[in-house]
Amino acid sequence: MNWSDALIQLQYDLGAPRELSWLVEGVTYFVGAFILANAALVLALLLIWITRKVISRIQDRIGPNRIGPYGLFQTVADALKLLSKEDITPASADKISYLLAPVLSVVGVLMALAVIPFGPGLIGADLNVAVLYLVALGSLGIMAALMAGWGSNNKYALLAGFRVVAQLLSYEIPMVLAMLAPVLLVGSMSMQRISEAQSLYLGPINLGVGWFIFLLPGAFLIYLIAALAEAEQTPFDLLEAESELIAGFHIEYSGMKFAMFFLAQFLNSFFLGAIAVVLFLGGWQGPFAGQIPLLGPIYFLAKTFLVYIVIQWIKGTFPRVRIDQMMQFAWKVLVPLALALITAQMIIMKLPLPIWINYALLLAANLVVVAAVLNILGSYFEREQVRSKRAFAPRSLIGTMQPVQSSSGD
Amino acid sequence: MLSQWGFVLILSAIAVIIPVAAIVLGHFLGPRRPDPIKMDVYESGVETIGDTWVQFRAQYYLIGLIFLIFDVEVIFLFPIAVAYAQLSFFSIIAAVTFVLILLLGLFLEWRKGALEWT
Repeated sequence: MNWSDALIQLQYDLGAPRELSWLVEGVTYFVGAFILANAALVLALLLIWITRKVISRIQDRIGPNRIGPYGLFQTVADALKLLSKEDITPASADKISYLLAPVLSVVGVLMALAVIPFGPGLIGADLNVAVLYLVALGSLGIMAALMAGWGSNNKYALLAGFRVVAQLLSYEIPMVLAMLAPVLLVGSMSMQRISEAQSLYLGPINLGVGWFIFLLPGAFLIYLIAALAEAEQTPFDLLEAESELIAGFHIEYSGMKFAMFFLAQFLNSFFLGAIAVVLFLGGWQGPFAGQIPLLGPIYFLAKTFLVYIVIQWIKGTFPRVRIDQMMQFAWKVLVPLALALITAQMIIMKLPLPIWINYALLLAANLVVVAAVLNILGSYFEREQVRSKRAFAPRSLIGTMQPVQSSSGD
Repeated sequence: MLSQWGFVLILSAIAVIIPVAAIVLGHFLGPRRPDPIKMDVYESGVETIGDTWVQFRAQYYLIGLIFLIFDVEVIFLFPIAVAYAQLSFFSIIAAVTFVLILLLGLFLEWRKGALEWT
């Protein structure tokens, strides 16, 4: 049972005239969209609180704990503070793109809500091109960041705008290729169909653990790395590298306009996690999700928050990469591997063998990709460690705290 | 299907209204005391020199071109993925050949040094 059908039926039961079916449908969709969009705003406040708490625990701090229980209302207070700040527009800015950029960044993120399946029948619009729709919305975020960087008429913001183009364009290719792998398995781009396909039946009972991560760990790893870059999270946050570019593309923004960028960024990383959950971690599937419908949204939100907390964990532990390293990793490692993975999957799944052997071969191909990525990353970090140790080794005793050792024979 | 897109249309309208309303609200609630220093661009306290909208590296343009090629390729792969179950083995080989040609193109760019960021 779809939520919209249920709501339309309820209105007819309450005495809505059948002739006005377009109005009834319009009211239904408006109510659904309104609840969804406003829930996203509340969610953003919660996400910022989670980020602060996780990061502060990693850094051995307490984090916000004054306003509300566990400091839960700290972000509400921050939002109110931003609301009362002066709205500054630089005199030399390109007004149209400067004012349009914060709106566009929020639009691109909020529209992704339409195709996220929270449970069986609980999806805004079950589009049959949902994956392509999400990719298109990702480009809207790139446009917003570029417009902010260009329109601010600020050199730091412009540099950040260049980096946005380079980074987000480069990582979009491996991300979309990794999203292609579940679509290949299911044969549909609808998010609800992809979620339903990840069931695992043991007799008549749906265990709900036929997740694609068990078949496609390589695609999941590539998606996760690319999604970190797309969400502008550490280790790929060099478009707002505080030590280099002060604040990146939103340096000239204040008050609510800055809050819009902030909101978009946190919601974006949450939704990229939600897409990862739908495509690879089973969506709302879980033990007994078929029997008890209420468990679907609970499983979905629990998994998504878990992925979000992992993203924040990465944010708290990894150093930032350099731009040349980032570009090389995208084009020389992720893109060839993702293409090889898709090619292998296309051939393997068409081989005239029992389906279990096909799946085993697919898993083997994915594990090879995982091993290759981890090997390249591992050897790279080892080399960097040796290099940085050499670079920071004291070359003379001047400036070090060691006592001067007297040479023997004196 | 059409009514599904109706939901997307309504959601996009709400998604535009929310940030516009927030920014307009912030504009009227906040104080307004503009002065020339405040309206200037922020550059760590020094006055900005020269034009901001300058020429930039050709490398960004090159990355944009390579992205364009691969994005179009990915768009071509999506219909193949959706129709995968109905396709014969021969048409899959054709699709794989298409991917391999582009992979060769990527290796050519790699050899030519288009992917180096020095």
